[in-house]
Amino acid sequence: MTDWLTPDEWRAVALSLRVSFWATLFSLPLGLVVAYALARWNFWGKQVLNGLVHLPLILPPVVTGYLLLLTFGRRGSVGQYLDQWFGIVLAFRWTGAALAAAVMAFPLMVRAMRLAIEAVDPKLEQAAGTLGASRPWVFATVTLPLILPGIIAGAILAFAKAMGEFGATITFVSNIPGQTQTLPSAIYAFLQVPGGEADAARLVWIAITIAMGALLLSEWVARGVARRISGQ
Amino acid sequence: MTLHIALRHRFAGFTLDVAFAAPAGVTALFGRSGSGKTTVINAVAGLLCPDQGQVTADSVTLLDTARGVNLPPHRRRIGYVFQDARLFPHLTVRQNLLYGRWFAPKEPGVSLDRIVDLLGIGPVLDRRPGALSGGEKQRVAIGRAILSNPRLLALDEPLAALDEARKAEILPYLERLRDELHLPILYVSHAMAEVARLANTVVLMEAGRVTATGPTADILSDPATAPGLGLREAGAILTARVGAQDDDGLTRLDSAMGPLWLPRVAAPLGARLRIRVLAQDVMLATVRPEGISALNILPARVRDIRLGDGPGALVRLDAGGEVILARITRRSAEALALAPGKPVFAILKAVSVAQENVSADAATSPALITH
Repeated sequence: MTDWLTPDEWRAVALSLRVSFWATLFSLPLGLVVAYALARWNFWGKQVLNGLVHLPLILPPVVTGYLLLLTFGRRGSVGQYLDQWFGIVLAFRWTGAALAAAVMAFPLMVRAMRLAIEAVDPKLEQAAGTLGASRPWVFATVTLPLILPGIIAGAILAFAKAMGEFGATITFVSNIPGQTQTLPSAIYAFLQVPGGEADAARLVWIAITIAMGALLLSEWVARGVARRISGQ
Repeated sequence: MTLHIALRHRFAGFTLDVAFAAPAGVTALFGRSGSGKTTVINAVAGLLCPDQGQVTADSVTLLDTARGVNLPPHRRRIGYVFQDARLFPHLTVRQNLLYGRWFAPKEPGVSLDRIVDLLGIGPVLDRRPGALSGGEKQRVAIGRAILSNPRLLALDEPLAALDEARKAEILPYLERLRDELHLPILYVSHAMAEVARLANTVVLMEAGRVTATGPTADILSDPATAPGLGLREAGAILTARVGAQDDDGLTRLDSAMGPLWLPRVAAPLGARLRIRVLAQDVMLATVRPEGISALNILPARVRDIRLGDGPGALVRLDAGGEVILARITRRSAEALALAPGKPVFAILKAVSVAQENVSADAATSPALITH
């Protein structure tokens, strides 16, 4: 394995997996809350929230990356306090890459979850209430099991998107081998030097394999869970 | 347990304003679609908060808008059976049945085995709701509500979404629940046949108001309420015991007004039955007719006559303590010179009483359906 990929390439693959894993894990709870709010609650500014969530999907990624830099950079509006108070630095670190990936993948995750929540019949939750279940219990025993396929689909989609994220990442955390050079950044770096196509091709194959694997996995899991909850 | 309900709620173009008490037994909320029946039980269950209202179950206040009391649905302990079953698709039938058990107070209630047996759902316990028929789903929903150990069962047209065969399948189970569990039941329906079979008390609703309330037999045989019930559905309820099973396929029923012959009733000797005799199936004669095919000729006395707007007339008769309602034409009423106190004979064809209008009567006897 190690002689097939150079240590730098191997690090790029490992970093991408790590970045995507943490990006997905941290956006899951927030994504669920936002999806639930958008699906079920009526509140002032709902359309603004909806727009904000979807902004990374329609903005040029480089703009998102730049905005992240302005906000979470060392002298950014939020970043300077994170540094001062908690000693957390995101810019030009792998954690920053995870933040960029999470922001870019967030709309996809929220969309999948929101669709799943909207598909749950509130009458079932009402019925659970009359059987003695309080709101939190209704959510845990009825809503959550019914939207599980949507959550899983959203998570896998977000993971795949995070694996492929490039524009915002390179703008926010640059392309430092071993630190912030993710799989797409590494491919890009190879293509910048003459004769790098062969090296890039190997990474391209890895990218395709991981993306395809994630897609098949999500289909398989979603089908299994859907069969379980369809009531057949 | 007695449930006291007083509600006032304004919708766009519709005002609900009701007050009534539901004593123990089955209380039917009867009325046309849109008369506000479902709104009432939603308010009782806590699914709707009325503008003003008070709902108390004996000493427990479930809702009192004046004092700012409004218990959430999960703390009211009202076992609600919805028209559309609403079983949880991700749980098996057994898990559905036991769902309310997680939250119910830990006091002895009806056991799962008893309910499974009572509702005949043993064979489907390990299936999922998606694989059940409409009738089975509704029976599971009823069982689920009972097993949550409620103070009261609220059924919102539980049979409305089912075809006739499924209705006939479920009605005997509801009768058994009524007679064996002694759980107060609030039953919303717009089907008179169901109400006549099940209810002890009827609350008649029209356009958001209660127009009549009282024991089922009184309300159904009252000519004044008949138009509200639907004239074709008007009819009195008699109680009788099975007296004999004759060889020619007829059953003799002994009632306060004398023997009554009906086509074979599948019930043991001595069983108490509730028989609904439709007003339009009853003929009247001023002398005892002879040479007539009708088997049931019952001496009676006219109590009162109600003339409608059309050509019809409803005549209420006393027959040995029971009440019979006859729907005849105004012309016949005049030709026979019917007046309160006049002795007459009520004539009922044996075959005119449909099987679905004969059912087991409460608790005092073995149920119609025996195992």
